[in-house]
Amino acid sequence: MYEIQSLLHAELLCGEEYLQNEVYSACCSDMMSDVLAYVKDQGVLLTGLINPQVIRTASMMDMICVVFVRDKAPTEEMVELARECGIVVMCSPMRAYEACGHLYYSGLRGNAGDKHV
Amino acid sequence: MRVTNMSEAIRFHFDVDGENFSSAGEASVMVKKKLRQLGFSPDVMRRVSIAMYEGEINMVIHAHGGTADVIVGEDAIEIILADKGPGIPDINKAMQEGFSTASDNIRALGFGAGMGLPNMKKYTDYMQIDTEIGVGTTITMRVNY
Repeated sequence: MYEIQSLLHAELLCGEEYLQNEVYSACCSDMMSDVLAYVKDQGVLLTGLINPQVIRTASMMDMICVVFVRDKAPTEEMVELARECGIVVMCSPMRAYEACGHLYYSGLRGNAGDKHV
Repeated sequence: MRVTNMSEAIRFHFDVDGENFSSAGEASVMVKKKLRQLGFSPDVMRRVSIAMYEGEINMVIHAHGGTADVIVGEDAIEIILADKGPGIPDINKAMQEGFSTASDNIRALGFGAGMGLPNMKKYTDYMQIDTEIGVGTTITMRVNY
């Protein structure tokens, strides 16, 4: 995940101890309902939504990293919740489309082996 | 949270606060943690916690909260979500993917895509909805393991 942080010029808010872990796919949504319904085995969630349910949703889906785009700043309560859940949280100045583009271009795909990428 | 440990099952009981959206989902996070401590497989943990999380969010959005009970039985985990909300007028409609009565306000919070109930059914092995208009709704789900 070091590469994600560097590609997205992101600030790390918590989970430094997990940064060496590898991730193989990602998804991007502001609708947590859709994340719960459609996501399968993606390790990273990119979103512009700020509320504790973002972290809880990521935790339910066994995701290990949440990137807040457009410099959206999560609350201290959210960061604390992420710490408890063992989730890396980053904040990127990029817009969602741009951030996704950088990650996709660098090899982080939507859903490895799935035709509905 | 109240934990009761009977000879045949472990039961977790939660009161789900309907007035405070920011706490919605807390019980499900707690249940996932407990199931991990009990040594359940990632698949079972994920299915139980997603189904419960969707239900918990629904209770907060539509029914001013309620209660959630999780019973770890011998071969299945049962989740019982009970509320005293308005009830579901048309269950068939509510089970359709994309059908939602949630307000724009709820959508702005990232929920209300009309995937909650279908998702709960998808992730569980059994789901029953008992609902009465003006009285409330009880949803019973089971995940076998």
